[in-house]
Amino acid sequence: MKVEVDPRRRPTIIGLLVILAILAAAGPFLASNRYAIQVATLILLFAYLASGWNILSGYGGQFSFGHAAFFGLGAYTSTILFVKFGVSPWVGMLAAGLVSALLGLFIGLACFRSGLRGAYFALATLAFAEILRVIFVNWDWVGRSQGLLIQLVGDEPLLFQFTARLPYYYIALALLALVSGVALLLERLKLGYELRAIKSNEVAAAVLGVDVFRAKMWAMGLSAFFTGIGGTFYAQYLYYIEPFQVFGVGMSVDILLPAIIGGAGTVIGPIIGAAILVLLGEGTRTFFRGFAGADLMVFGVILVLVILFMPYGVMGLLGSAPKAKKESA
Amino acid sequence: MVDWQTVAQSVAGGLLLGGVYALVALGLNLIFGVMKVINFAHGTFMMLGMYASYWLFTLYGIDPYPGILLVAPLFLLLGVLVERVVVSRILDAPEHDQLLVTLGVSLFLQNLALALFKADPRSIRPLYADWSFSVGGVVLSAPRLGAFLAALALAGLFFWLLRSTDLGKAMRAAAEEREGAILVGIDVRWIYALAFGIGTALVAVAGSIVLPFFTVSPSVGETFLLTAFITVVLGGLGSFPGALIGGLLIGLVEGLGALLPGSLRQLPVFILFVLSLLVRPQGLLGSRQ
Repeated sequence: MKVEVDPRRRPTIIGLLVILAILAAAGPFLASNRYAIQVATLILLFAYLASGWNILSGYGGQFSFGHAAFFGLGAYTSTILFVKFGVSPWVGMLAAGLVSALLGLFIGLACFRSGLRGAYFALATLAFAEILRVIFVNWDWVGRSQGLLIQLVGDEPLLFQFTARLPYYYIALALLALVSGVALLLERLKLGYELRAIKSNEVAAAVLGVDVFRAKMWAMGLSAFFTGIGGTFYAQYLYYIEPFQVFGVGMSVDILLPAIIGGAGTVIGPIIGAAILVLLGEGTRTFFRGFAGADLMVFGVILVLVILFMPYGVMGLLGSAPKAKKESA
Repeated sequence: MVDWQTVAQSVAGGLLLGGVYALVALGLNLIFGVMKVINFAHGTFMMLGMYASYWLFTLYGIDPYPGILLVAPLFLLLGVLVERVVVSRILDAPEHDQLLVTLGVSLFLQNLALALFKADPRSIRPLYADWSFSVGGVVLSAPRLGAFLAALALAGLFFWLLRSTDLGKAMRAAAEEREGAILVGIDVRWIYALAFGIGTALVAVAGSIVLPFFTVSPSVGETFLLTAFITVVLGGLGSFPGALIGGLLIGLVEGLGALLPGSLRQLPVFILFVLSLLVRPQGLLGSRQ
């Protein structure tokens, strides 16, 4: 049973602008504390990534479990261009988006043309991410499992390198504003309506004249594009990438969880979800310091509880979305 | 050039491990077939099964094979418990919610293992660890051959259970027509819990029988889970003969892949998987989605 939260019911634009304005104003205050600005940047990055995932999986209902494929490919694309060819990561970022979008279209072609849906689609995307991981782990030219280091050049804005942390914060914020704007636009465009129609009932949507394949391909391309760009940001932020990290199942989960927790198929949900998850992650890690595994145990329990008791995320609680019936068979 | 002997050796090695893959996939398929839930915690139960056998061997000197008699009922209970407490609540939820809930269970259990046993890889050395048989120039290691035969025997036992017992019939009925099964008086809640329990016991035992030649660590389940996913998609989600054939086929392709340099050995399996998705998304023996 699918329940849509009617976008007209919530003043999403105002809410989004308020959130972005607060985040923009908070930057300088956060920057006075190195830890705070890092955590805040992480929140923005994962809010951004989850928003990108949301286009395909939240609005379109095509649940991807392998967005690490686009993330990792984007990270490697810009890093290879910079490390091997001296191309500025700003150009590399665009290239990353395009290369990831191409991969998305290829995966879309493979999956949607043969009618893969639901669990099959989720497993197929997971497999694609794993395939890429195996390729990069075995590829000498890109450092195999050691990955690639980005050489430091000091404060070079044109080369996407800053000695201060604040610029990264604002870049992440700009990316988040961009993807949220696109999502907001999408909610009002024909494509957005088509995607939500496909999500609630694909066959009915097709009968009503929606070009299901075309709509899914658009969502896939857009979603992969934004995710690839996120990969570049991550690489430039850490100056280091390796295949297990960027292509791993863990990354796919980290990308999708904020949207699920906050509310899939909403503009603000991923932002709320990312804030909750990153703070929770940091909190449990600090609290359980020295007990390897304890933080992720807590995380697992919370994940189960959230899905069981608030299946539409935080936005589902805030909005007037009817609660799903949860009865054991 | 690769001589035929090397190829035959790779094929044999691959097929032996393929038997274990088949057993893992059977459990996953039982759970999917009966409950329509994709169990992300499946690999985690295998890892726990390996640890159970490891401690039985290390603390009490009980070999993994007789240890099955303890591991199987223990994990049957654990599976039933997890089903009643968590999984039974999400049977009507969207597929991705089911994925995420079982992922949460997996995160919890895997990190519990990490907290309890630390990340160090552990292995056992039973007497027969280095025994091997030579068949026509192909060397078969005893632990691997044992695992293969045990996996086939357990698969046979499972098929018998499914075909010839009342419980098996009730499971198949609940899988095919839930309302109908309820109408004829089958308590499907009980059937679901048992199906999850049996699937869990199968994969835990798969963990027991690979322990003599496999190191266990908290993350070991992930690799097996991925292989199991590929196996069931290849064979057809919910198809039991498909899981068996798919497991052997994956093992075979992986064995041949071992002739490739480095860990590119996994690549042929992935290519097979993508091709099968493109050409036959319902799987080799699956009927339809």
